[in-house]
Amino acid sequence: MNYIWAGLLAVGFLAGILNGRIDEVTKAAFSSAGKAVELGIGLLGIVCLWSGLMKIMEKSGVTNFIARAAKFILRPVFPDLEGNDKAMGAIVMNLSANFLGLGNAATPFGIKAMEELQKLNRKKDTATDAMCMFLVLNTSALQLIPTSVIALRSEAGSAAPAEIIPCIWTASLCAAIAGILAARVLMQVWQGGQVSLGSRERGRLMKT
Amino acid sequence: MKYPLFTAISVYVLPLAVLAILGVGLARKVRIFEAFTEGAAEGISTVTRILPSLVGILTAIGVFRASGALDALVGLLAPAFRSLGIPAEAIPLVLMRPVSGSASLAIVADMLREYGPDSYVGRVACTMLGSTETVFYTLAVYYGSVGIRNIRYTLAAALIADVAGAVASALICALVFGR
Repeated sequence: MNYIWAGLLAVGFLAGILNGRIDEVTKAAFSSAGKAVELGIGLLGIVCLWSGLMKIMEKSGVTNFIARAAKFILRPVFPDLEGNDKAMGAIVMNLSANFLGLGNAATPFGIKAMEELQKLNRKKDTATDAMCMFLVLNTSALQLIPTSVIALRSEAGSAAPAEIIPCIWTASLCAAIAGILAARVLMQVWQGGQVSLGSRERGRLMKT
Repeated sequence: MKYPLFTAISVYVLPLAVLAILGVGLARKVRIFEAFTEGAAEGISTVTRILPSLVGILTAIGVFRASGALDALVGLLAPAFRSLGIPAEAIPLVLMRPVSGSASLAIVADMLREYGPDSYVGRVACTMLGSTETVFYTLAVYYGSVGIRNIRYTLAAALIADVAGAVASALICALVFGR
């Protein structure tokens, strides 16, 4: 991020000098900084409103309820974790908290999930298939109410800030499915140092 | 909007969510107003936490755009993105999305100002922002927490999911709202 930021500014100013547009570039720098503050103030009210509602949800224990439903959906995605309730429980809680938009509550569950998965790992510096799958799901996961998008849209004066929600759900679902499929395919070809964790367990399960 | 189900969802989801949150809170005997104000206070700190990076990034993007460098970059990459169905205006967002959450937020805010929140480009930008995540940051936090160094195919699969989300965003917005 450091390099990207420096690069944007440096290339911008250099290109401005070469193009003879340096006046406009300098003006843009100051007006953008001002606009950023306007944006922050515009977002403040609606972000507070949603954070408040989310807090009520967090305190009501809705996450546990969603987690129970999510467990059934996620079981086939993590065949290696059959019978491991601790790891599965933490994964499900993390993804459910993310689904509800409780980002701050989600992170501790996610770290707990990684710790549980690490206990099952035989090569401690190399990711297991379950870890890869968990993080792919985490980064493409569905969010019930995409609050920051709605905040941005209403700040920008949209006629219907919420009309985008079904599109976001659909696109999110596409991303998650593509992620699961990609992980499934890649785990076959990319053994890359990991002693195929779970293959022996899978074999044992098949025999019994 | 063409699809009645989508219209119904978008009209009712927010009010129903608020009612459900209040209802469950009351049923579970949560002190809802106290919880609300506690959360709202956290909201203030969220905004003040991202404000400095919004200033930094919007300034950098403003400079990059005014100099003409953004147009050059977009022109360079446009054919590849157009073949995926992603509008050229969204290129900066697609590039920044996996790297930084607050930067993508700033880019979308910038795009909504430029093209309007109810334009095709504005809607695609919002859908992309809502359907994808800050991949690099997330992987760094979680893998870092347990000391994993070889992450194997995680980044590849997560970026495939990201691109799929971006392509799907462009497609769905075109289907539902028209271009």
